[in-house]
Amino acid sequence: MSLLRNPSKDPLWKDEFSVFTSDERYVTRRQFTKFLTLASLGMFVGNLWIALRSYLAKKPEYPAAEVASIGEIPVRGVKLFSYPTPLDNCIMVRTDEDEYVAYSQKCTHLSCAVYYSAKNDRLECPCHQGFFSIKDGSVLQGPPPRPLPQILLEREGGKLIATGVKVRANG
Amino acid sequence: MASSEPTKRRGLVAIDGAMALIVILLVVQIWLLSATLEAYLAGHHGAVVPAAVFSGLLFAACASLNTFVDRVDRDSRRN
Repeated sequence: MSLLRNPSKDPLWKDEFSVFTSDERYVTRRQFTKFLTLASLGMFVGNLWIALRSYLAKKPEYPAAEVASIGEIPVRGVKLFSYPTPLDNCIMVRTDEDEYVAYSQKCTHLSCAVYYSAKNDRLECPCHQGFFSIKDGSVLQGPPPRPLPQILLEREGGKLIATGVKVRANG
Repeated sequence: MASSEPTKRRGLVAIDGAMALIVILLVVQIWLLSATLEAYLAGHHGAVVPAAVFSGLLFAACASLNTFVDRVDRDSRRN
């Protein structure tokens, strides 16, 4: 086996920039290694880009907004609202006489709208049978990779005020 | 001057070994990038900087191996 595809006494550059088409199409080990190294550089740049985005990302600001009145919905009842923007649909459930929880209504799998199943006492996504705990929004079953973002609620007099969104990673 | 067969063969084995190593490092880097992206989108921002550093080290290893291949290839051709 020869190391050179075209042994000659010509300078190296003539071997690498041949006038023959067949030689031009030939990929040497050195060229292939260069290509792999460039791909490796691409992966590194990708990782750097993610790190940079993470570093420069601004913390989102959540305005306080009134979302319901105390006693407005019955126990095990549901109210839909939008928070923090009109495009962010949320679902609030009164789980007990004195207990309210609210989550983003977007399933973390493919963004279908989740609904509250009073029978099973959990949030369910009808698209791919993803189930979430009503207590903390964690995934009980199905393909969703992350818990539902939780809307933080505070009481002010007779009103329920949304004050923020708690996004949790899995685990 | 034509290079001797044993020298060529040794060079070829070294180059093949280095290439195989680069491929392995690249596969690890691809996995690292996808895992970092997944973690970043899931809100795990703590993992992105160590991942970038590790990816940089892997790239440095690949670049070193590339230099090694380059050198061995030139030496094999010229000897």
